[in-house]
Amino acid sequence: MAQAGITIRKLNVLFGGHHALKDVSIDIPEKRITVVIGPSGCGKTTFLKSLNRLIDLTEGAEISGQVMIDGLDVYDERVDVTDIRKRMGLIAQTPSPLPMSIYDNVAYGPRIHGAKDGSSLDQTVENCLQIVALWDEVKGRLSEPASKLSVGQQQRLCMARAIAVKPEILLCDEPTSALDPMSARNVELLLKMLKKDYTIIFVTHILSQARRLADYVIFLYLGELVEHGPAEKFFAEPTDTRTRAYIDGVFG
Amino acid sequence: MWLSTLIVVGSLLAVFAVIILKGAPSLTLSMITQTPKGGYYLGKEGGILNAIIGSLYLAGGATALTFVLSLPIALYLNEYSGKSRFASFTRFSLDVLWGIPSIVYGAFAFTVMLFVGARASLLWGIITVTLFMLPIMTRAMDEVIRVVPSKLREASYALGSTRLETALKVVTRQALPGTVTAVLLAFGRGIGDAASVLFTAGYTDSMPRSIFDPVATLPLAIFFQIGTPIPEVQQRAYASGIILLIIVLLASLVSRFSTKKLMKYVVK
Repeated sequence: MAQAGITIRKLNVLFGGHHALKDVSIDIPEKRITVVIGPSGCGKTTFLKSLNRLIDLTEGAEISGQVMIDGLDVYDERVDVTDIRKRMGLIAQTPSPLPMSIYDNVAYGPRIHGAKDGSSLDQTVENCLQIVALWDEVKGRLSEPASKLSVGQQQRLCMARAIAVKPEILLCDEPTSALDPMSARNVELLLKMLKKDYTIIFVTHILSQARRLADYVIFLYLGELVEHGPAEKFFAEPTDTRTRAYIDGVFG
Repeated sequence: MWLSTLIVVGSLLAVFAVIILKGAPSLTLSMITQTPKGGYYLGKEGGILNAIIGSLYLAGGATALTFVLSLPIALYLNEYSGKSRFASFTRFSLDVLWGIPSIVYGAFAFTVMLFVGARASLLWGIITVTLFMLPIMTRAMDEVIRVVPSKLREASYALGSTRLETALKVVTRQALPGTVTAVLLAFGRGIGDAASVLFTAGYTDSMPRSIFDPVATLPLAIFFQIGTPIPEVQQRAYASGIILLIIVLLASLVSRFSTKKLMKYVVK
């Protein structure tokens, strides 16, 4: 697995007249959980989507700046966008199983990237479902529709699906917000386990969750990168008054 | 509430009642197993198997051809063109085409046929009915594809799929039940239309042999039989109506049934 930290330089995103991200520059450490916090509408989701260029799908979005993975600029014209997205798995706010069976959901990614059906694909599917601790729950009914699973199971299935394309980075957009506390806990534990293999960027507006998960913290406010730093330092001695206010629960 | 139900169910039952009461006595096995014999239109022996088969060929061929055109157009409108002016202009054009009476399609195709020197045939019938079905099927598919949740597309793109893979492997799967309904809706409209095939498919008492020969159709069989002064033949027109009705009902039953089955994998 390749080394993947992310280097972001002067990233700007505009929607029409709205400046959604302003001059964001930061280095995201590899194989750590970097938590992005901030109140709703501060640009957290935009930030994630501009990393894997899912933002290209939003009409009227203008992006400038650099996002570098392994010295490769994501926004370079010569870059194949499907390759970029393959390297960054996305786990969305609400689980979005594809309209197919449990097996086919996990196999979807490998198949579009050229995997042939057979025992090796079966093995990949099993491994990925094992990693997210879903295998024992679904092994007897892999051909059932994925939408029949509970929401918590669906989210773990989506994680398995993301892992199946062998990404280096996992982008998590409030992945526990639709889950019950138990399932949310499972997802958190899973991510803590996965960080030895993946660079994880986790967006949340729940401070307690950020404290539980974060190795590194980024605080976004109104599209601006206000403060960032290692988790202990960030929570113990925030330097910016806005960060302090947010941590103390004054707004958000 | 009950008034609207009464109006809808009432008109349905009224149409069924008239067709069945007038047609049932003439609906014999020979109607659906034989072609018209000499003197059929004077009340003698025979049936309208030629028209049943002709209609199925014609509507089936046109449905297949329309499908091949409609699906890419509907996918293009939703997956590729975005909210461009081009897309809204295409949708507007389809709506206008939808509103054009089928006799106009018939007249248009007939003009083209005269121009190229073609005779009425199954082929030209299929072409005309395809023109007539195209806006119906495309717009129906368009609506179905339009409501596919964008989070499914995002999930697919996020895994590194191209637009084509997303369109063909995710969007069409989610839209499959609605697509089947769109196809059968167009089939039902196509098989029941008389005006578009009047000049273009012609009419014949023999079974369809090749796509370059004229072909009989059920709506025209009804039209010709009901126009005779002989009561027995007029009754047979209603019997032909029953046959057409049964075919259309079967199509909508298939649609209902298959939709339920195909819903299995659809994400709600």
